Amino acid sequence: MDEIVVECRELTRRYGDFVAVDSLDLTVRRGEIFGLLGPNGAGKTTTILMLLGLTEPTSGSVRVLGLDPTRQPLSIKARVGYLPDQVGFYDGLTARENLSYIAKLNGIRGREMQERIREALEQVGLSDVADRQVRTFSRGMRQRLGVAEVLLKRPQLIVMDEPTLALDPEAVREFLELIRRLKSDGITIMLSSHLLHQVQAVCDRVGLFHKGRMVLEGTVRDLAQRVPGGAYRIHLEAEGGPAVEDALRRLPDVIQVTCDGAQTYHIEARSDLRADVARSVIEAGGKVLALSADIPRLDEIYARYFQKKEVAYAGAA
Amino acid sequence: MLAQREHVLIGQQREGSPWTGLWAVVAKEMADHLTSVRMLILEALIVLTASGTVYAATQSLRAGAGGSFLFLNLFTTAREPLPAFVGFLGLLVPLIGIALAFDAVNGEFNQRTISKILAQPIYRDALLFGKFLAGLGALALTLSAIWLLIIGLGLLQLGAPPDGEEVVRILWFLLVTIFYGGIWLALAMLFSIVFRQPATAALASIAVWLFFTAFWGIIASLLAQLLRPAPPGDTLALIEQVQLELALARISPNTLYAEVALATLNPAVRALGLILPIQLHGAVPGSPLPAAQSVLLTWPHATGLIAATILIFALGYVLFQRQEIRA
Repeated sequence: MDEIVVECRELTRRYGDFVAVDSLDLTVRRGEIFGLLGPNGAGKTTTILMLLGLTEPTSGSVRVLGLDPTRQPLSIKARVGYLPDQVGFYDGLTARENLSYIAKLNGIRGREMQERIREALEQVGLSDVADRQVRTFSRGMRQRLGVAEVLLKRPQLIVMDEPTLALDPEAVREFLELIRRLKSDGITIMLSSHLLHQVQAVCDRVGLFHKGRMVLEGTVRDLAQRVPGGAYRIHLEAEGGPAVEDALRRLPDVIQVTCDGAQTYHIEARSDLRADVARSVIEAGGKVLALSADIPRLDEIYARYFQKKEVAYAGAA
Repeated sequence: MLAQREHVLIGQQREGSPWTGLWAVVAKEMADHLTSVRMLILEALIVLTASGTVYAATQSLRAGAGGSFLFLNLFTTAREPLPAFVGFLGLLVPLIGIALAFDAVNGEFNQRTISKILAQPIYRDALLFGKFLAGLGALALTLSAIWLLIIGLGLLQLGAPPDGEEVVRILWFLLVTIFYGGIWLALAMLFSIVFRQPATAALASIAVWLFFTAFWGIIASLLAQLLRPAPPGDTLALIEQVQLELALARISPNTLYAEVALATLNPAVRALGLILPIQLHGAVPGSPLPAAQSVLLTWPHATGLIAATILIFALGYVLFQRQEIRA
């Protein structure tokens, strides 16, 4: 399936002199998980608001599901679910009551509404607490209730703004799991985050934002190759003692070698050095027991990219 | 940015009705109002004052004070140390109006629900108008209940039903009271759009109310004396001065409401404001005016109150439409 769900052309939004989004070109296809990544203030939220017609573009065009957000906001909002940054609820109402308000705003009523609420609560695993007041919910539960609200309208596209912010690691893991399940149901998902490493695992494609511009776009592996100098982490288990460590340090492109325990080494390198590492261990008279490499971390790619560009901003998370 | 928006509004037609989802908002807000502790306190307060003052009034009336129009006297008869019920209304109705709306919009911002609600397939119009209607509905419901309570108390204590004239006057007064509350509701809602803190919005609303209650009369009188000085002995200038003062005083919704209360609940009042002896030629002093005539007499006041409500709401509406929703 290659259908285009979101398409922005030279999308620009100015607030006075400040350019929040600067001629953005963006295409998202059906069934993708697309990550809008970048530090706070890079223009992610403004982009999202323009997609939903909640803020009007200064210039450029947006198409969401083939519709224009400024002309047909109701049709878009009926088909697109939006989970805002730290979504809020009516704390005095129960989870079910919060959901039924949203359902009614979408024109869903009666038995259909009850059925959809039950379904949505089940999908996010909140069926047991449906009749508890939302004020008693933990952050993770609130976030999942937010997803339930979005699922009520059976959206074709879900847009999430900083969905993992302020969640504990376990809740983040559960949440990303939920996102993967939604993708397998055929829903297109866009999510924004400044916690790059948290979301890189779920995104099919990412766009890196910086000062209103999307500076890099592609799969995480693509980006790693396109930005030379992105760090690779190589994990090595080898016998051989200090001689091995010395040999590793002498390899070109190695940034750092750390050793924890007697046999485990972590090597940070500018390129994928696995073959060279294996050779040098053997040449130093050691024995390779295990060797693996991490995919480059997005925040490192991001930081390197801007170091290269001599931009002061470094490190995104 | 404004130019941008105008371009969009003029150049393009929005799809669908601005009232999509209105009733969902009204139902939810109304339910919130009716179950809220805030409303409970206000209701308790108003029931207490109503039953207290009206009971005191029935005691006076049974003792023989007041003549015809017993039911109207229920509203207006004071017995020490309590003022009459209308006196309390002038205070309580703005209070209810303000209490129902001072956190209407900024509350949604502070709860971080606004962006989520506006991401549903409704326009901002529906949200704001729904909130206003729900507030007005809650206000109307409360006041109607109080009115019925008063009539019930009157029936029990006085043992006579109200006649048609009285019913018309009482209902007219109820309607005007609701719109008097509507002004304060719209004002508090306006401040809830302007100020991000509900406490600031509440305080600003109360400040406006206090200004009109306590100071506007003095200011109107000073302004009149300044703009139309009346040298001693110049009757014509004096009349002009008094008329200007009255016109200025009527800018205040409190003055308008007080005049409506006076003319509606006291059938003997034939005119509001300055009357010259010539104009009274041929009138039978003290004879009651028919209800329809009293309604006619207060019609401009009622229109003024409704117009002010609409104006304030419209101002809030424009501000809300232009507001950036990102928190």
